Amino acid sequence: MADTHILPSPTPVGPAPAVRPAAGIVITDLALRYGTRSIFTGLNLDVAGGTFVVLLGTSGVGKSSLLKIVAGLAKPAAGRVTTSEGKSLSGHVAYMGQTDLLYPWASVIANVMIGSRLRGERPDTARARHLLARVGLADRAHALPAELSGGMRQRAAIARTLYEDRPIVLMDEPFSALDTFTRARIQDLAAELLQGRTVLMITHDPLEACRLGHHLVVMSGTPAQLGAPISLRGTTPRALDDAELLRTQGELMKLLTPQAPE
Amino acid sequence: MNTLRHVTRPLITTAVLIVVWWAFTRISQVPAYLLPGPSSVAEALWHQRTLLMWNTLTTFNEVALGLLIGTLLGAACGMVIVFSPLMQRWLMPILLLSQAVPIFALAPLLVLWFGFGITSKVIVAVLVIFFPVTASFSDGLRRTDRGMLDLATTMNASTFSILHHVRLPAAMPAFGSGLRVAAAVAPIGAIFGEWVGSSSGLGYMMLNANARIETDVMFAALLVLAIMTILLWVVVDRGLKKLLYWVPDTTGAPI
Repeated sequence: MADTHILPSPTPVGPAPAVRPAAGIVITDLALRYGTRSIFTGLNLDVAGGTFVVLLGTSGVGKSSLLKIVAGLAKPAAGRVTTSEGKSLSGHVAYMGQTDLLYPWASVIANVMIGSRLRGERPDTARARHLLARVGLADRAHALPAELSGGMRQRAAIARTLYEDRPIVLMDEPFSALDTFTRARIQDLAAELLQGRTVLMITHDPLEACRLGHHLVVMSGTPAQLGAPISLRGTTPRALDDAELLRTQGELMKLLTPQAPE
Repeated sequence: MNTLRHVTRPLITTAVLIVVWWAFTRISQVPAYLLPGPSSVAEALWHQRTLLMWNTLTTFNEVALGLLIGTLLGAACGMVIVFSPLMQRWLMPILLLSQAVPIFALAPLLVLWFGFGITSKVIVAVLVIFFPVTASFSDGLRRTDRGMLDLATTMNASTFSILHHVRLPAAMPAFGSGLRVAAAVAPIGAIFGEWVGSSSGLGYMMLNANARIETDVMFAALLVLAIMTILLWVVVDRGLKKLLYWVPDTTGAPI
């Protein structure tokens, strides 16, 4: 059973904005079954606080299921997920799904503050405005999501994620619906704004993984296994022609492309 | 410009229909007791205006009460079905039964039990209305986007809070289509109840006029009923459009 431990990022990733050090994620002996079919068993992953870890794999390998378990949205057949202090992850996690998940009836700023509303707390309008300004949507605060472009909607979703101010951010292919150029810009923004937080992101795009990740983990096989982490040097987001990025991208393509039969 | 078009178009349609109607009665020489001309119907409208007004009030009350109670009952049934699998198993057969028994067969019994007054008509209207509301609302509640619910869960929202802030708003478009259907069919229930047995209302008036071969009065009552139904539908449609401001294209008449 391969244990996958990820050490803290080897290079400093800019000034840590969070006052408290972000909690890490510890996944221990995690198993998931659908009926008699085993999706994965004995999965171990240790994500150090403050690192950006990208989980790669082909469709249907169980990445989203794994992330759902970490987010507390699904129950594993066995094993557990805790913070690096051994506490439950509940209340420490912010989640970004495959679509922006903006509630279409609420304005952009209301969507950013939706967490407060859902918990019955007083919304912090000043902070929401500040975050909208940081993602470049200050002038669209009162627009409805339907009035925004795909890229703007993703930026609003990032602002909503940051409003939650959780140490751990889980992202399930959050930018897969965007066109290549918009995606590159959003990646830059995400890398900048999520610095200092512990991020576990799923993607099937090796380029995205190499631009954003400090460590990349490949999930493959049935039942699925986690490969040894691939660590990248340098600060994120990496330039599209970064040597480290190009080298790792090639390596990933080899790992993820199954050998042709015959 | 837009409002002008919205007002002008129905007016032109109405005017053309009246002219065709008038020309037909003139040319075909159909006796007035079979098909009265526009002028005699207009006359009946004017002469019977007091009676028409009172009977319209009765029918309107039946329809409005039926719509209100039917919508509330339909919404309640929809919620119960979605949130309690046990209640769904017990309630669903009863709901289906209430729709399987033809309302035309049930109406005489309801009049027998609840009398010639407004109650039996409201019940007939409720029976016609609540099912489309229940079906569409429960469907809407069930189809809430999984991701939206997941997001709320990771934000530590309570079940009630998710219902209030996510599931209910998300189900509103489906609820709206059910309500539109209900508003359109509610007068059918009320009028049919009146035909079976009543002491006032537009249906009662039409029945009476029919017995006396006052076809022009029948047409006058029919006209008032049609206008009332259209106005009711427009009010419901407008209200829903306001409520569902966030739905890009809400189906409805461009009146």
